[in-house]
Amino acid sequence: MTDAAMTPDSAHPSKSLTHADERTKKRNAAERRFHAYGIGAICTGMFFLIALLAAILSSGLPAFRQAVVEVPFTLTQEQYDEAEKALLKTGKYTEYFVTSLTDAMESEGVEIEFDKKAIERLLGKVGGDLRAYYRENEDQLGTPVSFELAAASRVDRYLKGTFKREDLQSGNRFFMPEDFNLIDAMREAGLIKQVFNWNFLTGVDTGVDNPGGAGIGASVLGSFFMMLVVLVLSLPIGVAASIYLEEFAPKNRFTDFIEVNISNLAAVPSIVFGILGLAVFIQFAHLPQSAPLVGGLVLTLMTLPTIIISTRASLKAVPPSIRDAALGVGASKMQAVFHHVLPLAAPGILTGTIIGLAQALGETAPLLLIGMVGFVARYPDTFVEGFIEPNSAVPAQIYNWAARSDAVFTEKAWGGIIVLLLFLITMNTIAVILRRRFERRW
Amino acid sequence: MPAIWLTLIVLAISAIGFFMGRQRALASAGGDSRNLHSLPIYYGSNAFMKSIVPAFGLMVLWMLVQPLFIDNRVVQMIPENEVAQGSNVGLVMSEVRRTADGLSKAVDVGLLDEETARNGAADLADVTQRLKDAGQVVTSEITQTVLNASQAYRSMAQTSNIMMTIAVLIVAVAGAAWGTMESTKSFRARNTVEQGVLALLIAAASVAILTTIGIILSLIFNTIEFFRLYPASEFFFLLEWAPSFSGRGGASSLGILPLLWGTLYISFVALLVAVPIGLFAAIYLSEYARPKMRSIAKPMLEILAGIPTIVYGLFALLTIGPILLSVFGDDGLGWMQGQRAVLTAGLAMGIMLIPFVSSLSDDIINAVPQAMRDGSYGLGATKSETIKQVVLPAALPGIVGAILLAASRAIGETMIVVLGAGAAARLSLNPFEAMTTVTAKIVSQLTGDSDFASPEALVAFALGMTLFIMTLGLNVFALYIVRKYREQYE
Amino acid sequence: MNDMRILERDVDTNDVKIAAKGVQVYYGDNHAIKDVDVEIDDKTVTAFIGPSGCGKSTFLRCINRMNDTIDVCRVVGDIQIDGEDIYDPKVDPVQLRAKVGMVFQKPNPFPKSIYDNVAYGPRIHGLAKNKAELDELVEKSLRRGAIWDEVKDRLDAPGTGLSGGQQQRLCIARAVATEPEVLLMDEPCSALDPIATAQVEELIDELRQSYSVVIVTHSMQQAARVSQKTAFFHLGNLVEYGETGQIFTNPVDPRTESYITGRIG
Repeated sequence: MTDAAMTPDSAHPSKSLTHADERTKKRNAAERRFHAYGIGAICTGMFFLIALLAAILSSGLPAFRQAVVEVPFTLTQEQYDEAEKALLKTGKYTEYFVTSLTDAMESEGVEIEFDKKAIERLLGKVGGDLRAYYRENEDQLGTPVSFELAAASRVDRYLKGTFKREDLQSGNRFFMPEDFNLIDAMREAGLIKQVFNWNFLTGVDTGVDNPGGAGIGASVLGSFFMMLVVLVLSLPIGVAASIYLEEFAPKNRFTDFIEVNISNLAAVPSIVFGILGLAVFIQFAHLPQSAPLVGGLVLTLMTLPTIIISTRASLKAVPPSIRDAALGVGASKMQAVFHHVLPLAAPGILTGTIIGLAQALGETAPLLLIGMVGFVARYPDTFVEGFIEPNSAVPAQIYNWAARSDAVFTEKAWGGIIVLLLFLITMNTIAVILRRRFERRW
Repeated sequence: MPAIWLTLIVLAISAIGFFMGRQRALASAGGDSRNLHSLPIYYGSNAFMKSIVPAFGLMVLWMLVQPLFIDNRVVQMIPENEVAQGSNVGLVMSEVRRTADGLSKAVDVGLLDEETARNGAADLADVTQRLKDAGQVVTSEITQTVLNASQAYRSMAQTSNIMMTIAVLIVAVAGAAWGTMESTKSFRARNTVEQGVLALLIAAASVAILTTIGIILSLIFNTIEFFRLYPASEFFFLLEWAPSFSGRGGASSLGILPLLWGTLYISFVALLVAVPIGLFAAIYLSEYARPKMRSIAKPMLEILAGIPTIVYGLFALLTIGPILLSVFGDDGLGWMQGQRAVLTAGLAMGIMLIPFVSSLSDDIINAVPQAMRDGSYGLGATKSETIKQVVLPAALPGIVGAILLAASRAIGETMIVVLGAGAAARLSLNPFEAMTTVTAKIVSQLTGDSDFASPEALVAFALGMTLFIMTLGLNVFALYIVRKYREQYE
Repeated sequence: MNDMRILERDVDTNDVKIAAKGVQVYYGDNHAIKDVDVEIDDKTVTAFIGPSGCGKSTFLRCINRMNDTIDVCRVVGDIQIDGEDIYDPKVDPVQLRAKVGMVFQKPNPFPKSIYDNVAYGPRIHGLAKNKAELDELVEKSLRRGAIWDEVKDRLDAPGTGLSGGQQQRLCIARAVATEPEVLLMDEPCSALDPIATAQVEELIDELRQSYSVVIVTHSMQQAARVSQKTAFFHLGNLVEYGETGQIFTNPVDPRTESYITGRIG
């Protein structure tokens, strides 16, 4: 801060302001160090945030891509009849496919030997798909058709670089070392392309035999039904409780007790709510296990304190003069609250509710205890079944995938996180917009 | 009659009550609503309320009590010796319920006539076969007793349902009629409705109390059940956690101490990460950062708070774990064996808690009056001296409260430890070893296929009770400190 | 303003301690102080009077750069203490504030013991070599603050437990303990009752022996009682500056006269 050259004449009695003495220099150095700690802390926090987002995006985005093999294919009437007469009908179709694929690659100048088994390892039951197509569309016989066939998950991962030749363990029935050459050949011939994996968004969970086909759709629906229950129950109950506590409650022990209860419930670990749900809703009330209805009830109880706290804050923010004005024209207290205070507080209440819902949407632990983590591979048939049939939820599905050892499921878990975060970002953005739009300064 | 139809009918009756009440009130005032005590809508609402509230109340109550009552009656039909070795009445009862359900469904698809379904002397083999044909899950355990019990269960449930429907409809109609009769022009309808609404508001506020009671009761009953099967002294003082899996025989060792140690150790690591970073971030944001910087950095940090814990769990398992392993594992320093370790879970939890500590501390530091800072600056103190010697000491109680709240969060956190900490219970000081926690064991003991009556499953409730008491104690204490602190500056 | 007539009443020929020239202060877009020139003497009590919002407190806070802590505040112009420009980039505000102490409108003792409150300044500035010296300094400052007799038996009690008047005298003692050369007081008596006010005013009069004291006050009677020089601010302008007696008995500017006779403000 100061020129070193000027220090010598700081000896004179009246201290000059432009010279920092030794002590001040030390103090200023301490000040700078302290400031640096603060910046360091902020930067560390930011670093963690960026690392987290980078991990999510880099590991999760591949789940949205899917390798397909596109092969031009023509089936003549004679071939069709011959295949339909054969003993192994689908096997015959696969043979035709092998031929077309070989031709397609040769026309691009790539030559490779492979058999039916290799095709089934890499592209699944191609023969069955082809047969099903031609039995449906007999008019397509004889005309060239371009088939897009989803590649197996290992092909996918090999192309993405997360599965390498040296990773392959010997004796794997699902993948042989020579398959790598076939993939390379198909890639060289330009037959493989990457498409958006719609199945991941719309599909249902699958078993360990088909990790590539697993989708998050059914559990999104499970989460949706849960959130519906949470919204329908927690909003009215939360608002009613807040109105009572903020506007009507006399200052007595009962009210104090409720207040203490609410502030403590807000900090009770979520797993304890899971225990509550298991004991009360499933053991005691015999509600169906793994049902979104039960999950919704548990999450409602968990979300209520959050909603009550934010609703009370919004009610408190409405100035007393509004209440006085309504009472002054002869409205009852109830009318003053419902006609004037509540509408004015509505944006704040809505914001708090959305944030509470977003919290509930990401909650996992209680769902594990009420059994919403089982393997569920179907969509509910009707609206009512959506509430009571066993289902999963997005975070529980993510946990389920993460707990399986297959690396494809790991990728799906990260992909699921992206889906979950997109929902959360959307909800929070709506909340922020509502707050900005309707924010009122009294 | 399905509950949903009953609900709709009750709604319809109440709606009719609404219009009749309103009409009658208007008629009594000669069609001029100015002669009424209250607005016409209040007369209608009065009738509506008097119809729907008791009817639904009765319906919910009935549906809660009915299973208890029927279970009780049916259990008496099952002789003690019918309960197989290693099973219990609870399992037999669920079998009975399942069979009763199967019977109804078989009747629905026409494979079984109502007569046979009710006939106590029906042939067991024949009915079982018909049930199987109807696609119902039938275990080999169906005995004559189970079949008879389930037939009784079914007929009682049917009778009870019919009775409930009748009772609810009577109550609904009577309520609507009463509300309508009351509707004369001098009736103080608004006051009555408002009292009813107030009662509803109070009921809503009581949900918080009911939740707490529900938590405490469900924990206490199952914990008592657990201590009947397993000695409490071993639970609290045994240094080993080794549950045997049901069916394989052998006694389990269910000592909580290794789990508590894991919980506290991981929480300690988490706080070691979160408190310094969170506190310095809060100090920087509230004392140094310019408004623009603050308006960017604060929401960014709060994003960390909005991320669900499952994400941190995955981050711990799949990102932090491998990174730590590459440094401390066999390829590096050789201290770490697997990805799951105290450090893995602790770091992830620490990151999760940073925004929690920083935003609470930020609020608390901001509550220190500016006059304090001015006093210190006025004496020539630097900013850091002011913070260290004036602001932080003044904010200390509040910050301690915030740290305690964070500790309570860490102790109750589940997903991060389930995924990141490991499954083996250990009493060790090595942060590179896998350990497990109370919450992780609650999950693993209750998500398996073990039956709920075994000590291996019931121990989860005792663990839950311990967890609840610990976190509740911390929360109450922390909230008390923070409240006292705020009052000081208000 | 430079040709100040030296009047008879207890005025010695003092050196100029603080000299301000063309000071402008902006709060964001708000022009709070407009072109103020003033010279404040050593070992004198100078009072700043004026209606609320006239900028007198703002100007006071410029003298020890307390305005630095407010982000939107910008100071233009030249303020010198002992011939040194205090807004020179080389000047460390920390050293400046050690030299120019300040007492605030509301008593603001730290939530520490009485002893630690007074010892805080000496500690951070390293004024005492050992505990004995510090004890001595604390006692001396508390005596200066005319509060020693009331608190000497309970130095470990928290400073926040004292009465309002005691707290304010404690704050004065705390300010004095860093051995400043100038003492700024921002309405030091506005939160006090008349008895406590009288005690503080008496104290201010004693402090004049050693310091240049600048006091902002709302009360014209107080300005008349304690100060030798008075400056009248109005809407950010320094309207009139001179001997207290002259300002109150024979103001030059009509605005000053209106204020003193109670017609504006």
